[in-house]
Amino acid sequence: MTSLPWAAMARLSGRRLLAAVPVLALVTLGMFALGAASPFDPVRQYIGDGGMGASQETLDALRENLGTSGTFVEQWWAWLRSVAGGDLGQSLALHQPVGQVITERIGWSVLLCSVAFVIAVLLGTALGVLAARRPGGVLDRVVTSLGYTLQAAPPFWLALLAIWLFALQLDILPAGGLTDPGSDVVTAGSLLSHLVLPAGVLAISQLPWFVLYVRQGVGDALREDPVRGARARGLSERTVLLGHALRSGLLPVLTLVGTRIPELITGALLIETVFSWPGIASATVRAATATDFPLLAALTVLSALAVLAGNLLADLLYGLADPRVDHDEM
Amino acid sequence: MTARTLRTGMAATAAALTLATAACSAPSEDGGDGETGGGQDSIVIGIATEPESLSPLLGYGQDGNSKIFDGLLRHDENLELQPALATELPEISDDGLTYTYTLREGVEFSDGQPFTARDVVFTYETILDEDTNNPAKDDLAAIESVTAEGDHTVVFTLAYPYAPFAERTVLPIASAGAAGGQDVNTGPYNSEPVGTGPYVVTGWTRGERITLEANPDYWDGAPEVTRVTMAVIPDDDVRATRLRSGDIDAAVLPPNLAGTFADEDGMVTLNAESADFRSVTLPTGNPVTGDRAVRRALDTAVDRQLMVDSILEGAGSPAHGPVPAASSWFTEGTERSHDPDAARQILDEAGWEPGEDGIRVRDGQRAEFTLWYPAGDRLRQEHALAFASDAREVGIEATVESGPWEVIDERLAQDAVLAGGGSPADPDFDLYTLLKSDLAGNGYNNMGQYDNPAVDEQLDIGRRSNDPQERAAAYDAVQRELVEDPGYIFLTHIDHVYVMADHWDGVSTQVEPHDHGLGHGPWWNVEDWTVRR
Repeated sequence: MTSLPWAAMARLSGRRLLAAVPVLALVTLGMFALGAASPFDPVRQYIGDGGMGASQETLDALRENLGTSGTFVEQWWAWLRSVAGGDLGQSLALHQPVGQVITERIGWSVLLCSVAFVIAVLLGTALGVLAARRPGGVLDRVVTSLGYTLQAAPPFWLALLAIWLFALQLDILPAGGLTDPGSDVVTAGSLLSHLVLPAGVLAISQLPWFVLYVRQGVGDALREDPVRGARARGLSERTVLLGHALRSGLLPVLTLVGTRIPELITGALLIETVFSWPGIASATVRAATATDFPLLAALTVLSALAVLAGNLLADLLYGLADPRVDHDEM
Repeated sequence: MTARTLRTGMAATAAALTLATAACSAPSEDGGDGETGGGQDSIVIGIATEPESLSPLLGYGQDGNSKIFDGLLRHDENLELQPALATELPEISDDGLTYTYTLREGVEFSDGQPFTARDVVFTYETILDEDTNNPAKDDLAAIESVTAEGDHTVVFTLAYPYAPFAERTVLPIASAGAAGGQDVNTGPYNSEPVGTGPYVVTGWTRGERITLEANPDYWDGAPEVTRVTMAVIPDDDVRATRLRSGDIDAAVLPPNLAGTFADEDGMVTLNAESADFRSVTLPTGNPVTGDRAVRRALDTAVDRQLMVDSILEGAGSPAHGPVPAASSWFTEGTERSHDPDAARQILDEAGWEPGEDGIRVRDGQRAEFTLWYPAGDRLRQEHALAFASDAREVGIEATVESGPWEVIDERLAQDAVLAGGGSPADPDFDLYTLLKSDLAGNGYNNMGQYDNPAVDEQLDIGRRSNDPQERAAAYDAVQRELVEDPGYIFLTHIDHVYVMADHWDGVSTQVEPHDHGLGHGPWWNVEDWTVRR
């Protein structure tokens, strides 16, 4: 095994980091522009149903205080300056500093998403390899059709189905929340049992892509000359499958790992809402429906960063796994 | 590097992340006793919407029952005012301009600081401050000044006589010591409030739950139910599911889902009457809805009872005005029955002749208008469609459309909207803002731009007079005038339906407002419940 190309990897990361700055600026500007073009009025959203008797004077004062006047470019510039000064602003919907909203929630989202992602990758790879071993066999047909069916099923529907089955009919798992509702303390055991359903559903909603890609990739690799050569040399089926076919079949999956991150975020959006999971995604839903620009802008940056990091990760891995690819050319 | 080491690396990274996040605590934790739900001295309540803030300075608990706080006064089961942080009901000067409250002594906030007149002045002055983003501050518009006389007396001076003012002083009192010196709009007091109330907030994981623990030193006696958890579950079906699985003990539910619990052992269903009405605004600026004959015809053409039976599945009552028929302020004899023939006759007499397509026409003006409802509100949508079908029966075409409030706002002067509202505590709260002509088109006041000098005069009498009989006569006159010249078609008052486990004695409901706060529902007085042995 040769040593890792650290220098090339660092150069690639550095280039991407530089490119991220204008990308993030454009993405947030676009968010402010979309917000300005939308019919939603932050003041209307702020007062909610409770302020139905509010006078015009109060509404005007709120508009002034909430800093929602000015063109979207002015609002964006004001936001950008305050962020550069280390202040992410104040969330209108949650009445908290944006920084606090994010730090309180991001851990729970990372936990949920990473567990789901690991399950999806591992289970997807295993099922894909098994299916590719005998194309057209019973297992292949079951796995493939299940993959297509799941791909069409919306995550929130899967979530409701899982609640109905495991929480209601079988009564073996809690239907939502972070811990038992009666308790304040987050214990490992209760966290684990509360994590099973949301992480499981999120993983299953991500699973089809990995299964289908791995099945295709490994299936193709099994028909390639080097693999056939390995077989001909009398290597065991296990070595052929895992050592040769999987390795080359896994290449497209590496790309997929990065590109699935945005999907993972949108999936988590729905899952967190259904399962009352106090993560960043449910805050996003709230920020979007309440036209909470300071929070929405920070979350947009965060998800853009996640996407950029995902792509970078995929490229780094790809470069490592495939000797024909040079990091410096990416 | 092989694919295997790659995989191991990825798994290790993920595992490390998992551990790192598992180690971080929930946003707030306290030394709870680890007791899980189901115990009878604790209750887990499923709520549909979470408050944005727990600070009364931003509007939390403005209608009373705030659990973490007390007001100067509070409501009993019949919505009668009772003293709370004040020792008795206020002394009111003869001109109705000065309200003097004597405060209870020896009361402490949950952080141990004494409660004094300073806290009362701080609370009211902060809410009225123009930099405070409290959308309900107009409720206190009558206040000119609030001053402390010593530690235990507070004097409110009003800018004009305002008879229902005492009703506003159920507003929770915040702690000047704990809330002062931070940004009122975003400071930590919004999520870590300090009050004098029967419960103390021990945790709030936003989007998941709020946990309250009994205040053992509560001045009115420590509650028997020692733990109250509000689990935030926006979806109706999920809430019902978790109630059925025993995960939560009580929940607010739509009538059809509540009905599925009717035969469940150990569960009770409570219908809370409410002042929460649904109505159709009839803007005076529209040539069709502004016509008195059309208004009166629509008012008698709608089948209110059918809406209650079919849309609300019986959980509600016909609305003959903003004041619910159950209220002592309701004017007997203003009930209208469903009578499409009478409606047709009114239109015939006013010269609205049926056209070829069945829709009436007068002087080239078709009897048609647009009726909006806020998108996504199923209940309002069904009311709007039922209204349109009743109107169609008598030859008036209401085209139902939906949109976000931002779109509807701009059309309020021309188009009708399916509106909601309702504050049961005093008729002034709804009637004045709905009907006063000065307030036409002012924010969300008087959305139908109703303009009736006779009503204006009675509204002023009702607001300014301190004589209960004079007030009652004024509101009777308003309700009768609304029959002659309806500015809104009131359709239904909606019951709020709750299902809960039957573990406690002393459970009851109040007449509830439009707003769903944490303090509304059977748990409005959870601090007074006793645990059934």
